[in-house]
Amino acid sequence: MSHFAAETLKDAGYEAAVVARIYRTLRLIRRAEEEIARIYPSDKIKSPVHLSIGQEAVSVGVCDVLRVDDVVAPTYRGHAAYLAKGGPLRGLFAELYGKATGVAGGKGGSMHLIDMSHYVLGASAVVGTTIPVAVGYALAVQRSKSDRVAVTFFGDGATEEGVFAESLNFASLHKLPVLFVCENNYYAIHSPIPRRWATNRLCERVATYGIPAQQVGDGGVLELRALADAAVARMRRGEGPSFIECRTYRWREHVGPSEDYDQGYRSRDDLHHWIKNDQVELIGRMVTDERRRHIDAEIEREIADAVQFAEASPFPTIDKLYSNVFAGN
Amino acid sequence: MSLPVTDQRLLTYVDALREAMAQEMRHDPSVFVFGLDVDDHKAIQGSTRGLLQEFGPERVFATPLSEDAMTGVAIGAAMAGMRPVHVHIRMDFLMLAMNQLINIASKSSYMYDGQVKVPMVVRSMIGKSWGQGAQHSQGLHAMFMHVPGLKVVAPSNAYDAKGTLIAAIRDDNPVIFVEHRLLYFTDAFVPEDPFVVPFGKARVCTQGDDITVVGVSNMLLECLRAHELLTDIGIQAEVIDPISLVPLDIDTIANSAERTGRLLVVDNAWTNCGASAEIVARVIERVQSGKPIQVKRMGYAPTTCPTTPVLEREFYPDPVKIARAAYALVRPEAAHWAPDPDRATLAYQVQFRGPF
Repeated sequence: MSHFAAETLKDAGYEAAVVARIYRTLRLIRRAEEEIARIYPSDKIKSPVHLSIGQEAVSVGVCDVLRVDDVVAPTYRGHAAYLAKGGPLRGLFAELYGKATGVAGGKGGSMHLIDMSHYVLGASAVVGTTIPVAVGYALAVQRSKSDRVAVTFFGDGATEEGVFAESLNFASLHKLPVLFVCENNYYAIHSPIPRRWATNRLCERVATYGIPAQQVGDGGVLELRALADAAVARMRRGEGPSFIECRTYRWREHVGPSEDYDQGYRSRDDLHHWIKNDQVELIGRMVTDERRRHIDAEIEREIADAVQFAEASPFPTIDKLYSNVFAGN
Repeated sequence: MSLPVTDQRLLTYVDALREAMAQEMRHDPSVFVFGLDVDDHKAIQGSTRGLLQEFGPERVFATPLSEDAMTGVAIGAAMAGMRPVHVHIRMDFLMLAMNQLINIASKSSYMYDGQVKVPMVVRSMIGKSWGQGAQHSQGLHAMFMHVPGLKVVAPSNAYDAKGTLIAAIRDDNPVIFVEHRLLYFTDAFVPEDPFVVPFGKARVCTQGDDITVVGVSNMLLECLRAHELLTDIGIQAEVIDPISLVPLDIDTIANSAERTGRLLVVDNAWTNCGASAEIVARVIERVQSGKPIQVKRMGYAPTTCPTTPVLEREFYPDPVKIARAAYALVRPEAAHWAPDPDRATLAYQVQFRGPF
């Protein structure tokens, strides 16, 4: 990606402001999660965390082409999609701390992030389960004659669930405005794809449903953004769903704040390839030094503010145990 | 039974379901009906007949055989503000949708702290007889009662079928709507105008001082037939229809059981960890003063449902079995009793004959 010189970007239609915006979101997610990892050993965060560090580009490349009123369904590794869609940082940290001011009042935690004011549909801790929910949301959007779209993020493991195939079929049958985005990080927890897939021709499998399916091989945020942009335009015209498989890599352990290259199931050599391809750094180099310093400083202030907010916020009152079991009470 | 008589129109259970859906679809454009076969010529035994013609294929449509994803689709559409009615022609098929129902639908209001609600209705039908067998006959409502966040309703007659279905569609929560195939052609006086039968209010169908008998879904009818047999020998059974199982009106049942001192709960399901176990336990927990209440549960035999009529007859509670169980509770010291065979045969009569 480093070959993207400023002129090339401009030729490709990327204004400096767009690149700066993409960098800002990538950097925000990276730094927020590094901060989560830093705080984690203090036991102040009362939630298992599945960090997106290394995978930020998938959420950012897609969400950057969406409107505020488009909806996204993140996974339990969902901090990135939540933030990329505009979910508030304070509400995220407070939720991780289990505080009343969290986006789910401290009752959802890291794996159930939601922010309907930015159209972030609730995330689920059960792999693949939000795929049909996003499809259903797209059905409602279509019935209302709106040109909004829905995006569902999921991992490579989710494509093995029956509900994935069921959802593809139904979305294509009804030409629903839903973009399927597979964050292929090669591992379902610790099981690599060769132990799980008969073939790795995922895009071919999806294409048989009549859904345009394309792969982004190296996690490049601008390449992904271009594909997402075209797919969203097709969906707004009523031309039905699209699928993008984005190869990426999880830098940290499956769940928790640490690295796990000493565990024997994968090699640090794999990581080196992805560090060389780190989208946060590569896109950062396309931003002027002055602007980058400004963005970085702003992000640090925002994160510090969010952490302070979470620390200062109260825990929910005990009566909240019983609230919202049913809607409206 | 003591249903409200507000006009003189008799309507069958199946037509009551159809009328409730049609009226709610006219009333609220966000209501839609989908599921395998809802728009075919048989129209779910007639319960969706005419809806396609009146409301069109955007609001009445068949689905692929994808219960898991289709349940997720209903949830997503509900979160977006629609009111889906998802129809399953057998309750057994809900097992294919358990992940979405248990892990998403029931929990969304709570785990997203009220940011979304899931106003959806899951219509499901329990089959019986004519060889329905192992996988077309299961009453699985207790599985859904177990999990917070789902409402469960099991109307036993046409009046309640209409009133509870309208209530379910208007409810902001996921509602498991339990129908029974044998009830479809039973009729009752049903008002033409839309009305709501509220959840959480049981109905006392017959009044009596000797024993409280609770019947769930189709078993309510069997209990009423048993009540007739018991009346012949001077036993007055107070037959209660809980109507909704979540929320459950335990007050009405417990007050009756405390007065009669005897409680027989007959479920259209297995007794183990079932609705009958829950009802009995809650009554006992509640009524701890005075003399103890004699309790008994009845339900399916603790086996899989067989197809051959000879074995199937043994599998289900029936009016004679229920009446004899009630008799044993009321007159434990009395001599053996069996209902008059002619009367018992009469009690068995059902209006419907197969095939299904």
